[in-house]
Amino acid sequence: MVSFKKPGTQEQPVEAEAPGLLQVQELVAGYGRKEIVHGISFEMDRGEFVCIIGANGCGKTTALRSILGLLPVMSGKIFINDVDTASMSIRRKARHFAYIPQVHVPPFPFKVADVVLLGRTPHLASSVSDVSKRDKVIAYQAMQQLSIEHLAEREYTELSGGQQQLVLIARALAQEPDILVMDEPTASLDFGNQQLVLTRLHKLSRDGVSVLMVTHDPDHALFCADRVIVMEQGVIICTGNPVDVITSEIMHRIYGTHVYVADVMVGDCRAVRTCVPLMAADTDDRETGGRYL
Amino acid sequence: MLFFALMGVALISFGLGRYFVAPAEIVRATGEQLHQLTLDLGAFLQSIANWFDVTFNGAKSVTAQSPSVIVDLKANAALFNIRFPRIVVVVLVGMALSVAGAAYQGMFKNPLVSPDLLGASAGASFGACLALLLNYGNELIQLFAFLGGMTAVFLVMWLNKMVRSDAILGLILGGILVGTLFSSGTSIIKLVADADDKLPAITFWLMGSFASITVRDMLTILVPMLAGFSILLSQRWSLNVLSFGEDEAKSLGVNTTRTRTLVIIGATLLTSCSVAIAGVIGWIGLVVPHLTRAIVGPNYKILLPTTMLVGSIFLLLVDNFARLLYSVEIPIGLLTSILGVPFFAFIYRKNMKGW
Repeated sequence: MVSFKKPGTQEQPVEAEAPGLLQVQELVAGYGRKEIVHGISFEMDRGEFVCIIGANGCGKTTALRSILGLLPVMSGKIFINDVDTASMSIRRKARHFAYIPQVHVPPFPFKVADVVLLGRTPHLASSVSDVSKRDKVIAYQAMQQLSIEHLAEREYTELSGGQQQLVLIARALAQEPDILVMDEPTASLDFGNQQLVLTRLHKLSRDGVSVLMVTHDPDHALFCADRVIVMEQGVIICTGNPVDVITSEIMHRIYGTHVYVADVMVGDCRAVRTCVPLMAADTDDRETGGRYL
Repeated sequence: MLFFALMGVALISFGLGRYFVAPAEIVRATGEQLHQLTLDLGAFLQSIANWFDVTFNGAKSVTAQSPSVIVDLKANAALFNIRFPRIVVVVLVGMALSVAGAAYQGMFKNPLVSPDLLGASAGASFGACLALLLNYGNELIQLFAFLGGMTAVFLVMWLNKMVRSDAILGLILGGILVGTLFSSGTSIIKLVADADDKLPAITFWLMGSFASITVRDMLTILVPMLAGFSILLSQRWSLNVLSFGEDEAKSLGVNTTRTRTLVIIGATLLTSCSVAIAGVIGWIGLVVPHLTRAIVGPNYKILLPTTMLVGSIFLLLVDNFARLLYSVEIPIGLLTSILGVPFFAFIYRKNMKGW
């Protein structure tokens, strides 16, 4: 997978005076009595694209689910726009966070426009009331933002995996949230569709949408993240600029495999950083295995 | 929205069309003359007017009719006392079973689910059989059936709360457990029932029938049925969201526990009432939602009301067959499947799109 260095990543200033969009303080979470996330803290600014990476079972999905309110928070606090989410109803929370799940096939062939319109649910006056014309306009704009308005009348179940994921992202945009929260949105997609989704996400983030994404692929983080949070066994081990954080040492530490982090020249003057996993044969070789970038 | 309202009205009148044709066919089948038919229709309308008169204005006499309409009193009585409540009940039950099925299919994210998934039918059957065994009268049989259905489903919900696992899985598992328990109970009752007298009554009851519906029956189920309909219809939008799964529904701001509870209560009210008054009528709750989905698509905002109309039309048609096909009435539960299966196969072939 080729990844492109995000333009402007380097000069992205951290505005200290601006209030953080999301603050997670000492979050402890898990399933049942089993604690999986052991107190993580991080902040996120408006317009930021933050990736959480880590090995399977490191607690990144658990953390995400408890931030969304899908799992109970065992202890710790989560603030959105300086408001404690613990006091929020599920409906109010849905106006702040939009969750984009992995693509899955629903049992019924809903029309794409209807699927996107479901994103308006938390904004309806009540659960009984009808969608207004304004809701339909917002849903349409969300589709336009992802350039999928031509799919509006198609059946969701007929689309390719990548298109389905774009529809789910459009639904999340129609929710008009503060943050898009994604759990490995590209996990079940083929190479081309992964790239399609990531490119559109990248564009959204440049348009000012804040994204919090869990991914298993460091290349995805290199491609679109402003900041990377690395988790290991329920704690954050480091955080920072993707190019600073994604190093062969860290990759080896969290994934237990040897990785060569390289800058690849694309065309004449653009360098792209990418992770190259090394085969056992490569690592036996002192030339390449001993000393990574 | 106007367009949908219009479509709804069109479908209602479609339903009413069948409604009026039904007596006409019976009249023809019994060898009545053609212009007698129009008189019958007139009488039928008149009897409705009378019925409203009697119920709402407290008019004493049913036979107080305008002189311009010559009315055969016998036909009037037949239409007014037997056919009218029967048709109303058939329409209500058709609506109830199909709307409950459609709601469950969305809630359980499974197109193969029918309204008796959580044991409502099994519980109601057990209740009715118990009342039959104890030689209770018609009203008590209905009450027992209704309570049996409600008990079964509340048992399932209680089990689900106890287990506290995946809500959907817990409910389905609980439904299987409780359903099996009540079916075994029914079998035990059949075993101990008098083979000459009660066993046939039980067996016949279980096959479902609209044969002995009275005006009183109709009025008894009207209130709980209307309650069930309004509950389910109020959850139309949430059902759309819920059919995408628990997590997504929650993150879209839907209180999934509340929606699920409401849908279960609504569907159980409807199913229990239906079984209590007409016995077990299978298949319709599974097929009609599919049929409707093939016509109007899966959006519950439209699907749910349309399903009600299609369900009532379908059951009315089948009930007409049940009455007319043979000199003795055929149990409707049998007919819904015998007619429904080929019909469904035909529709499925014609519209192979996944639903």
